[in-house]
Amino acid sequence: MEKVTYEWATIAKSQKFLELKRKKSRFLIMLWFIGVLSYFLLPLGVGYAPELFKKKVIGRINFAYIFCLYQYVMTLAIALYYTYRANKEFDPLTQEVLEGINERGQI
Amino acid sequence: MRQLLLLLITTLVLAPCIVTANPLAKAATSAPAATVTAPAPMTSAPGQSALAKTPSVPAATTAKESAAPPAKLKPNRTLTVGVFLVIILATLGVVFWAARRTKTASDYYAAGGGISGVQNGWAIAGDYMSAAMFLGLTGLVTIFGIDGALYSVGPVISFITILLIFAEPLRNAGKYTMGDILCFRSPSKVVRAASAVSTVTLSIFYLLTQMVGAGKLMQLLLGIPFSAAVVGVGILITIYVVFGGMKATTWVQIIKAVLLMSAGVALAGIVLWKSGMNLVRLFDEVANLQAVQDHVRGLLKHPVAEPGFDYGQRFLEAGLFLKDPLDQVSMGVAFVFGAAGLPHIMMRFFTVPNAKAARKSVVIAMFIIGIFLVLVTIMGLGAALYVTPQNVMAVDKGGNMAALLLAQTFGGGAGTFGGDLFFAIVCAVAFSTILAVVSGLVLASSAAIAHDIYVNIIKDGKAEQQEQVKVARISSLAVGAVAVALGLTCENVNVAQLVTLAFAVAASSNFPVILFSLFWKQFNMAGIISGLVVGSVAAIGLMLVSPNMVYPKKIAADAKKIVAVLEKKQLEGVVLADKDLKTLEKARLDYAKNKDGKSVIGLDAPLFSLKNPGIVSAPLGFLAAIIGCLVFRDRRAEETFDELYVRQNTGVCIESAVDH
Repeated sequence: MEKVTYEWATIAKSQKFLELKRKKSRFLIMLWFIGVLSYFLLPLGVGYAPELFKKKVIGRINFAYIFCLYQYVMTLAIALYYTYRANKEFDPLTQEVLEGINERGQI
Repeated sequence: MRQLLLLLITTLVLAPCIVTANPLAKAATSAPAATVTAPAPMTSAPGQSALAKTPSVPAATTAKESAAPPAKLKPNRTLTVGVFLVIILATLGVVFWAARRTKTASDYYAAGGGISGVQNGWAIAGDYMSAAMFLGLTGLVTIFGIDGALYSVGPVISFITILLIFAEPLRNAGKYTMGDILCFRSPSKVVRAASAVSTVTLSIFYLLTQMVGAGKLMQLLLGIPFSAAVVGVGILITIYVVFGGMKATTWVQIIKAVLLMSAGVALAGIVLWKSGMNLVRLFDEVANLQAVQDHVRGLLKHPVAEPGFDYGQRFLEAGLFLKDPLDQVSMGVAFVFGAAGLPHIMMRFFTVPNAKAARKSVVIAMFIIGIFLVLVTIMGLGAALYVTPQNVMAVDKGGNMAALLLAQTFGGGAGTFGGDLFFAIVCAVAFSTILAVVSGLVLASSAAIAHDIYVNIIKDGKAEQQEQVKVARISSLAVGAVAVALGLTCENVNVAQLVTLAFAVAASSNFPVILFSLFWKQFNMAGIISGLVVGSVAAIGLMLVSPNMVYPKKIAADAKKIVAVLEKKQLEGVVLADKDLKTLEKARLDYAKNKDGKSVIGLDAPLFSLKNPGIVSAPLGFLAAIIGCLVFRDRRAEETFDELYVRQNTGVCIESAVDH
């Protein structure tokens, strides 16, 4: 295969790449914190707010079970929402960056 | 390819029927059945370490209403062996097919990058869900109610980190191993070696629990000696990995995930169907069952029922098993960061062609694992309702047989043909689960040895494809042999903590250094080494001084108490029953044996109160990586950051595993 060299620093400072980087990192960090922090509410809540977590919600099903179920739903919702945003926003943007690289990145 | 899978699955579904149609199988009811009483610690997710250490639960008070405990498991051996053989033959077929298509190093380590997102999703699920997640967690729900369900949330949360932070960058910037990622900016042999050592150590920790668990399970189910079981599993896995490489491993994992999901859907489906598809009714039935209420009373050590206390509802409330919230948070840290740092999981992302496929595969894996874990809770409650916690614990104190007993009950009970058949099928599913997880681990270690150490350190990256594949196969063989040898020597060692340890080490060493390598411009070799070393040492060190170890002085103190109680009784003139006399004798012996003993590293009592070191060791690993990197600046690593950063974000010049 032919060896191709790229001006990495130039690409890294290009407008499009910076836009991709900014949008993506902000979104990912936010989503990650939402997911992980709400997960830690589970052991902390069960340990330090037992009365709330023992409260019966539907029949004998109590708040702790509902909260567990919420964890699964939240995790899967995060997965789907990220896929949606990535397909709609990040992938096209990445494609633009890639096209830019192929046009002027090579020496 | 798809047709082949379809064919395999059809064979797997049909074959048990063929086997059972055989008159031999029927005659086998009287065949020597494996009788089982010993607890089998099978372990895998961090949670499971706890499972193997729960026998201290006081035997629940058996009330008149609860069924008499059978205490013995009598699987129909011929039937079980038959179903096992079907699985073995089917997977070997896959290996035969894959071996002929494995020619380059890329084929061997990454299946030539030709795995699709959907396939990889199932394979990740197959790689990640272990026998412990199936059998262990179900048992935990059966015995401790919601505490089992609380445990089950962790494994799926791991994937938030994998999806959002790791999967796509790893695919874009990676090639075959963790070493490839770390050496991108710090191409040094020291980093390669450190990464390889870390990968092999972690995989061996994990492997050891799987091998010992497999040996115990096979011993239990097939009535064969532990050593034969370990050797058998070892040979099988080695054949898969040596000949089939990543392609065979992937398909073994996919088949296993499909089987495991089917078993979960079927069992949980029957449980729900019996309760009119109504969860509220299921919870009601479980809590209203006298056996469950008696069991909870036993757990709470209430000798007589306290009036007005709702023991049934108590079963659905937390705290029967998990006592220390801080320990759970610590375990959570291990889940959130640890799974992302496990080499055998990381490696799966190199098998797909691009970042989009990597993303898709994680999402699919999350759905499979998430749904399965919900099914586990339903199966566990079902086992509490239809088998009763007492009967589950009578067979295995850790509850590991809950799912199997549930299947047996639904099939018509022990000794009936349906019961035996259901039991055998679920056993075989558990067996395939072990095979899939172990092959992933063997492949990850052999990649680290062959690709990182041999090709990149000894050969400076200059090795022919044929030679690379040959070395990879030899190292797989060696890893397989080591796994068998370790499994055999550890028969009587409680290896359960090793998985907790593997997650904690991954969270404290691999996770921080990979994260910083990918996202922090100043990060360099010094940071990688200090992060890996301090993180692992902290996790392993804390584990050695944690309550997970055996402290003879504590055993002696407990024994002394028993002696005191029983001797006092004797002094009062009570004639002790034979059973009590035996207990007294044993307690005296235990006391004499342990009173001057010390733990492995010479301690009288644990120095660190948590069972999971993650909450302390992970911050230490992060900190060490940051300090190490700031103290020794490296301009080259900073200059190459732009390249890595652009590549991991865009996938330009992806190390496409398509034939070069």
